[in-house]
Amino acid sequence: MRKVYHKILKIAGNVITVEADNVAYNELAEVRTSRGVSLAQVIRLQDSTVSLQVFAGSRGISTDDEVRFLGREMTVSATENLLGRIFNGRGLPRDGRVALDENPIEIGGPSVNPAKRVIPRKMIRTNIPMIDVFNTLVESQKLPIFSVAGEPYNELLARIALQAEVDIIVLGGMGLKYDDYLSFRDTLEKAGALSRSVLFIHTASDPTVECLMVPDMSLAVAEKFALDGKRVLVLLTDMTNFADAMKEIAITMEQIPSNRGYPGDLYSQLASRYEKAVDFDGAGSITILAVTTMPGDDVTHPIPDNTGYITEGQFYLKNGRIEPFGSLSRLKQQVNAATRGDHRAIMDAMIRLYADYRGTLEKQSMGFSMSAWDKKLLRYGVKFEERMMDLSVNIPLEKALDLGWQTLRECFEPSEVGIKTEIIKEYWDKAK
Amino acid sequence: MAEKLGRVVGVNGNMLTVEFDRSVIQNEVAFVVTGDEKLKSEVIRIRGNRADMQVFESTNKLKVGDRVEFTGELLSVELGPGLLKQVYDGLQNPLNLLAEHSGFFLKRGVYLNALDENSQWQFTATAKPGDKLRAGDAIGSVPEGLFTHLIFLPFAWNGEWEVTEIVSDGTYQLTAPLATVRNTETAETRKVTMVQRWPIKIPIGAYREKILPRNPMITQIRAIDSFFPVALGGTFCTPGPFGAGKTVLQHAISQHAETDVVIIAACGERAGEVVEILREFPHLPDPRTGKTLIDRSIIICNTSSMPVAAREASVYTAVTLAEYYRQMGLNVLLLADSTSRWAQALREMSGRLEEIPGEEAFPAYLESLIAAFYERAGLVELNNGKLASVTIGGSVSPAGGNFEEPVTQATLKVVGAFLGLSRERSDARRYPAIHPLDSWSKYPSIVDADKLATARGVLRRGSEVNQMMKVIGEEGTNIDDYVIYLKSEFLDYTYLQQNTFDAVDGACCRERQNKLFDKICSVLAGGFAFGGKDEARSYFSELRQLFLDWNYIAADKPEYAAQEKAIDAKITEKLIHA
Repeated sequence: MRKVYHKILKIAGNVITVEADNVAYNELAEVRTSRGVSLAQVIRLQDSTVSLQVFAGSRGISTDDEVRFLGREMTVSATENLLGRIFNGRGLPRDGRVALDENPIEIGGPSVNPAKRVIPRKMIRTNIPMIDVFNTLVESQKLPIFSVAGEPYNELLARIALQAEVDIIVLGGMGLKYDDYLSFRDTLEKAGALSRSVLFIHTASDPTVECLMVPDMSLAVAEKFALDGKRVLVLLTDMTNFADAMKEIAITMEQIPSNRGYPGDLYSQLASRYEKAVDFDGAGSITILAVTTMPGDDVTHPIPDNTGYITEGQFYLKNGRIEPFGSLSRLKQQVNAATRGDHRAIMDAMIRLYADYRGTLEKQSMGFSMSAWDKKLLRYGVKFEERMMDLSVNIPLEKALDLGWQTLRECFEPSEVGIKTEIIKEYWDKAK
Repeated sequence: MAEKLGRVVGVNGNMLTVEFDRSVIQNEVAFVVTGDEKLKSEVIRIRGNRADMQVFESTNKLKVGDRVEFTGELLSVELGPGLLKQVYDGLQNPLNLLAEHSGFFLKRGVYLNALDENSQWQFTATAKPGDKLRAGDAIGSVPEGLFTHLIFLPFAWNGEWEVTEIVSDGTYQLTAPLATVRNTETAETRKVTMVQRWPIKIPIGAYREKILPRNPMITQIRAIDSFFPVALGGTFCTPGPFGAGKTVLQHAISQHAETDVVIIAACGERAGEVVEILREFPHLPDPRTGKTLIDRSIIICNTSSMPVAAREASVYTAVTLAEYYRQMGLNVLLLADSTSRWAQALREMSGRLEEIPGEEAFPAYLESLIAAFYERAGLVELNNGKLASVTIGGSVSPAGGNFEEPVTQATLKVVGAFLGLSRERSDARRYPAIHPLDSWSKYPSIVDADKLATARGVLRRGSEVNQMMKVIGEEGTNIDDYVIYLKSEFLDYTYLQQNTFDAVDGACCRERQNKLFDKICSVLAGGFAFGGKDEARSYFSELRQLFLDWNYIAADKPEYAAQEKAIDAKITEKLIHA
């Protein structure tokens, strides 16, 4: 029988401190208040005092409320029965069906031995030219969508999830608007994908601390399936809420903040989640697509900044389009040599010319006269935006490459595009 | 001696507070016992009878009262034959063996020997009984792949030692005693084996003196070798925002650099990038030796999700191994990616220790630690008169891509070359994105200094004209200025930019760089007659195309000379004076 403690020494923010012994770091406890029972987790041990973060928040906790340590860490039930189910940030059912407790596994497990990873080589086709042609998504990649509030990032996430060929989709929602949660659920259901999905949903109205568990639970489940040989796609939206919840706890614990109030270990904390993306040597894979909303559209804000250093590229979603500048898939080199001989050449040349087009636009807006070259660029830019950048375009990679050649041919001479002659010879006239 | 013990009294993240009753040493290694696991940790601060320790593992499930066993030894690595080709974590655990031992995941509390105790080596003695040796003098050697691996009198042994016995040439086990030596002052006798231990945070100092680095370390990257060269024994840093190509650049350097040994420290970065090296190096041929790249490499890999304290140790582990191979008379290149993650590890610990924070919460001693790290590079004259070097290249990941931040600034103070990567260039796909105007190097270039000055002048003037054109427009720019702008763009496209992923263009040797640079300089210095801006633009874009194609042709192909002729013809077409 575990001991029950009745004396809470300190309540600050969502952290309570009690005097207790034989408590393990990261252990779970139940706090029983007049409002109900909440889970709490040990976050610091100092001599005989124990500090816990209370998931439901500290509001309404009385100093003589009951704290009972459970002698175990946070677990999640990992079985096939998870599929088609929806849970909240504490791992309890949100869909009104029975709770699951068989085969519990600990969350936030150790990191994968790099020697057991393989080089990712499988392209994930999305039929979005800005992704397939310019920033190819690769199985086991970790990639965030950098965006601002109001952009259709959740729609983009859902679209990629449904078009990608994966076995299992795990959705981790953090601070998700209730409407967004419902539309995710309905989209998955309508496409018939809910039966191969697991949803961990923390909505904006739930206690903040609860969202801290969502990535770990989602990834622990994903890891379980991946070890069974499944290809798993994990969607995390929105990681900014997760980082903000960490900040809140860190400040409450009087940690010295490093940058704009965020804890010094923000990088390591985010990395330990994103690094769960893996292609196992001899088992399945985990691909992570996350959303990071940038406060004030500022990419140098600590959250997108640290994220960018961890992930293997990023998609910038701006004005409903994936921006060619700044968007990057670091793994594209692993796959785009094997797609088609002209893939890399088209990818580089079109972006370089589009950069020139942006320069010309600037000149134009300042009222300078346009040279013959500028006029070519202006024609090109409009076509590029319409044929490649528009998110409504839904064509396979090969079609998109052909369209690329067609666009170049309509606007330029072969010597103007900076592609090596050999490739020009092969493709320039072919795509007519 | 009785075991030195302590007990845990506080747990905060990966920091423990431990109460001890006897003595402890600063930076001493201790093991925390929890259940049947023993977790490695290091003392980082002592106050009264309490020590703060960083744990190199997850601190899950630790309790107040858990037992702590002190070892009396500083954090050390094993040095001996068999280090090459290995993949270690920050504490020198061999990752391949760990995978065999515990499977997919890095189970905590598992520590394996860095070197295989049972391995056999063909020993050739060079010392004779009666020889008087000092620390760092060789007693003999074993062959290790490409190299003759010297066996030293351990670096930590003070004073003069006389060889009293030495084994005859033959095959011996790694841990077998090879020689017996007697201290000439104290008469203490010790046995020398192939393995010795050395504390990683202390530089190996068994050499005569440091020498000013002069000779270039060829990287086969044009922008580096010609414009911002690095010397053997020098230091350089590559700061850049994310996505600017730091890692791709480091990989290119690691593959093509003309040094004997390359040590790659993947410190707090993505596991995926290390996997590329792990899986590809065993298959990539090294044109200099005819073997594969892995034969000359050691990889230290403490990726971002691995424990943060071990990340702090990983750069020291790497530099210690580099110094060890330097002692054999070799030129060693250490690439650390990224030193910012190492600095962040320091910041995390400093925060937990509740030290008064410096700028951006980095500890106040950050600068001196960075300086001390880079100062371990250098060209040295060894005790036997041979020259050998450690070259250090560190990538820096400044927050927000802003070079004003503390890690970049502290690094710039101590390095000899600064290869600043710019977002602007990488957005425009101008790789390598080394900024040609902001970067600098204090080392001599491989190309002619006067021509280099001319080329730099063209780049600077071209950039000015470009700025000016943004204000007054192309039509307001006179044709001479416009041609300078075109020349600077031409130089950028045909020389500074280089396609790392192309087998030919990706590696441009010294001779080829000189040849190409001379040819380009003849264009830069030449006067041309153009009827108008459009004519000038199309001339330069055609010329550019010829050069680009030339860069992609291997020098031993017949097309190479043909292309050169085509280029010469194109140049003379419009040239009015050279």
